[in-house]
Amino acid sequence: MSAGPTAVQPVPRGVFARRVGRGVRDWIPAAIVFALGMAVWEFGVKALDVQNFLLPPLSDILETLWDDRSGLTSAAWFTFKEALGGFVIGSGVAIALALLLARWRPLASAIMPYAIAANAIPIIAFAPITNNWFGLLSPASKIAIAAIICFFPVLVNTLRGLTSVRPASIELMRSYAAGEVEIFRRVRIPNALPFIFSALKVATVLAMIGAIVGDYFGGSQDSLGIVIRRDAGIFAFEHAWAAIVIASMLGILFYAAVAITERLAMRWHPSTRIE
Amino acid sequence: MSVVSLKDVHKEFGKGGVIALQGIELEIGEREFVSLIGPSGCGKSTLLRIVGDLIQPTSGKVVVNGKSARQAREDRDYGIVFQDAVLFDWRTVAKNISLPLEMLGWDRRRRGERVKELLRLVELDGFESHHPWQLSGGMQQRVSIARALSFSPPLLLMDEPFGALDEMTRERLNIELLRIWDALGSTIVFVTHSISEAVFLSTRVVVMSPRPGQITGVVDIDLPQPRTAETREQPRFFELVADVRHRLRGLGDELDETELIVAEEGL
Repeated sequence: MSAGPTAVQPVPRGVFARRVGRGVRDWIPAAIVFALGMAVWEFGVKALDVQNFLLPPLSDILETLWDDRSGLTSAAWFTFKEALGGFVIGSGVAIALALLLARWRPLASAIMPYAIAANAIPIIAFAPITNNWFGLLSPASKIAIAAIICFFPVLVNTLRGLTSVRPASIELMRSYAAGEVEIFRRVRIPNALPFIFSALKVATVLAMIGAIVGDYFGGSQDSLGIVIRRDAGIFAFEHAWAAIVIASMLGILFYAAVAITERLAMRWHPSTRIE
Repeated sequence: MSVVSLKDVHKEFGKGGVIALQGIELEIGEREFVSLIGPSGCGKSTLLRIVGDLIQPTSGKVVVNGKSARQAREDRDYGIVFQDAVLFDWRTVAKNISLPLEMLGWDRRRRGERVKELLRLVELDGFESHHPWQLSGGMQQRVSIARALSFSPPLLLMDEPFGALDEMTRERLNIELLRIWDALGSTIVFVTHSISEAVFLSTRVVVMSPRPGQITGVVDIDLPQPRTAETREQPRFFELVADVRHRLRGLGDELDETELIVAEEGL
């Protein structure tokens, strides 16, 4: 049997270079919008004489950021550790629990309605309470908030990924006399990876929110949340904004790190396909 | 010795529920190519899964390769192909084909050699590092067939494997499958909706009727081997197609008109 004229040909070499070139071109419009946005901020604020406490000019914020770079960096590092700790603990426990629930389905039907309901609760409301549980000054209370806030979306998505396997895939594995462990290793877990990573990306954002808002309710003087709250109260608006800029950059880097890991872990995925 | 032996097999879904199969008696010998045909709901896919021990019968005796269906499954005595190719997106073509070999503990070098042979057999040389989504439907199904053949099982179970393909691809793969069957000497149980496909491929066609699912007739296909594209133009081919069609029609008034059309057109 011939492959036929419509058959897919093997991917030729040298496509990679073209792909990178096209990647750069694809980014140009976004870069222009970014530059325009920054320019509007800088000159708009000056031209319209916007009050400092509403929005300082971008250049003032960047200047403050540079002047107090060591203080801001150490506050940022402190808060980032809280977020990262919560992210690792919350997501780790959620993935482990999802594996258990996928293996023992009756357990899942007992627990999941509550997990789904809990997913809709604004967990951040608990921040003052976790301060009572783990101590106001301890980073543990912020880690706890970040962990709880990451936990539910990762749990719900991972379980969905582990269980949304086509029945024929399971029949195929059973025809090879595969046991439960083998079905998990070779079918359920790879099938769940796209679900897990999209949850983890959301969780990075949630962990940063959890850690910063957790800081707002009190804690170490050397944390981003405290810096933002304090400076906004003492008319040091440029400094508060500098902390916000750092928090934003950290959030983006955190998200990007998970997104890159996703790309590396799922090179097979159609979303990485070469046209 | 029969490769598959079914004695008074009965399957009921749910207690006192739908009777999917009733009084199934069937012996399939070595190197036979047996098609199960019938309208939707006649239990032909259920029967195939009972042979593969993917569904347990409510009562009756199932012997595969001289042992219980369960033992045959655990000994990996059969390969299975579904209507959907059921390839894993995270594995390349080569790794999809060698999945059962990995589970059998073959080393990498031996797997690689076997995959090369199989790719040649299904004429997909050069596609080993492609991913399933880079292939057409017909090519995916050929990968799935190569995977089922990888560990040389004596029995091949196929559940409407070409049902989702266009007519031209289907006819090409029919001839391809017969070539593989001839080369490997395995026994094939093939579920289909299409009368002409069943007649063209099989040594015997088993006609089934629904509600409750049972065997209503067996047609011996005495067309000469090997079958070629010209086989479909022989008068004997049309006679046999008509014979199977009459047996399907003879199922009586219980069959509604659409089911008849589906069974005849092989949709």
